[in-house]
Amino acid sequence: MAMFPPEMPGVEPTMDDRAFWDACGQRRLRFQACEDCGRLRHPPTPACPDCTSLRVRWVDAPRTAQVYTFTVIHHASHPAVAGNLPYVVAVVEFPGLPGVRLVTNVTEVPPAQVRIGMPLQLWWDDIGEGRYVPRYTVAPPPSSDAATPS
Amino acid sequence: MGRTSACIVGTGASEFTKWGGIPDRSQFQVTVEAIRAALQDAGVSPQGVDGFASYSNDANEGPLMAVALGVRELRWSSMVWGGGGGGSIGALAHACAAVESGQADTIVVYRGLCQGQGRRFGTFGQGRTHGNFVHPFGLFAPAQMLALQVRRFMHLYPITEEHLCEVALNARANANRNPAAVMHGRRLTREDYFASRWIAEPLRLYDCCLETDGAVAVVVTTPERARDLRQRPVDVLAVAHGSGPGWGSGPLGSHNMPDEDYASSNSRLLARRLFERAGLAPRDIDVAQIYDHFSGLVLMALEDYGFCGRGESGQFVASGAIRPDGVLPLNTSGGQLSEAYVHGMNLLAESVRQLRGQSCTQVAGARTCLVTGGLGVSPTSGAILGVR
Repeated sequence: MAMFPPEMPGVEPTMDDRAFWDACGQRRLRFQACEDCGRLRHPPTPACPDCTSLRVRWVDAPRTAQVYTFTVIHHASHPAVAGNLPYVVAVVEFPGLPGVRLVTNVTEVPPAQVRIGMPLQLWWDDIGEGRYVPRYTVAPPPSSDAATPS
Repeated sequence: MGRTSACIVGTGASEFTKWGGIPDRSQFQVTVEAIRAALQDAGVSPQGVDGFASYSNDANEGPLMAVALGVRELRWSSMVWGGGGGGSIGALAHACAAVESGQADTIVVYRGLCQGQGRRFGTFGQGRTHGNFVHPFGLFAPAQMLALQVRRFMHLYPITEEHLCEVALNARANANRNPAAVMHGRRLTREDYFASRWIAEPLRLYDCCLETDGAVAVVVTTPERARDLRQRPVDVLAVAHGSGPGWGSGPLGSHNMPDEDYASSNSRLLARRLFERAGLAPRDIDVAQIYDHFSGLVLMALEDYGFCGRGESGQFVASGAIRPDGVLPLNTSGGQLSEAYVHGMNLLAESVRQLRGQSCTQVAGARTCLVTGGLGVSPTSGAILGVR
């Protein structure tokens, strides 16, 4: 079940981030790492900030994450979210993936219960046209997740 | 104090109104009017201008300004990368670089921003860098984006809503003394603050800058030329724009700046550079104009610029330090929370007024002023200004 209505701004892949979003389309959350030195990075960028290597490999993220910081949004800065207020936007971090953070949502949890450090579980939101975006909850993921490869 | 190689010799502004309050003149015209006022203040003829510097994708292009003002030879035209006001003092840095290097003699630094004639900054904007990593999650506006930083800041350090409130109340009290401020006649109490609606927790309505229409310009020239002009010159003792490592689109994008700098204004390296260059320490600063897009970032900057220790900004503002009779009077025109939101150019104009003794909340004998550009973005910027 999509979190936001269809008029929500979606993903419009660029040449720099297409590989990330195409993996999401396969319901795989992957981040760029340097093929030579292993340094992780996000968002996708052409070269390694440590060694300037152009060689990239993609590292799968675990299905778990934790809240690094969050905000509860009460003001609709786009008409599409008016029916969702208030909603939680969080920045999450991943065990074993130092230096990588992801902006996402925490759903199915009362906003007042969200805390920094809270453990989360990934679910994939089908936003249409073959695109999926990663969102998180602390509760068992919604049924759409049943089709996700483990 | 350090060597001075560029001076501010004039400032000018249009009227400031709530967004949409200037419906009858174009943003370009309003900007021309502010520049014209700055040149009159300086006693410089428009034909004597040979350069322009702006920032934030200012739509009022320098080459068109040159035509509007009848500039005889354009020798400098530049724009600082980055959205918002991060580059406001960066544009001053461009102007100083131009006159110090002899590439131009007299540069106008300006920003014209009539939000009633374009997109309001508090709404979704197509084409944002790294928009794919924020828009599908409902993260659209800077208030929401920087609220994430403020939340983390309040988690790490003893910073409370009372401290955010104090930044807002100080700005409003100063605006109430400034007839040009949009919020001149509107009082704000602690009760009003806590009764105001949430925008993006922990930021309430009064933690967020205004959305306004207006334009501000300043004129920069060499010390030699400044001596022959109308106003007492204000020396640029140090100016810089830049960033710590790894910020990129920072909180306006995917929030991947380094952990140790996450809950910061991204000013620590820049602040050290500025004070070294000026030959001054934070205790030498008489008055400060710190970019107040959001109250929490002002607190971070007080720490990053060394006015108090890490995590001590709450206690610092609670002590009355930023009030007009405190150790560091702050945002004395009302700032962007309560005067106008001209992407920080109004903070630069207020800095000049303080050092000329012309502020509505004048700090007696002020000889040094710190002014910053937009905080928590890359690039950010800052300057230390002084008078002899």
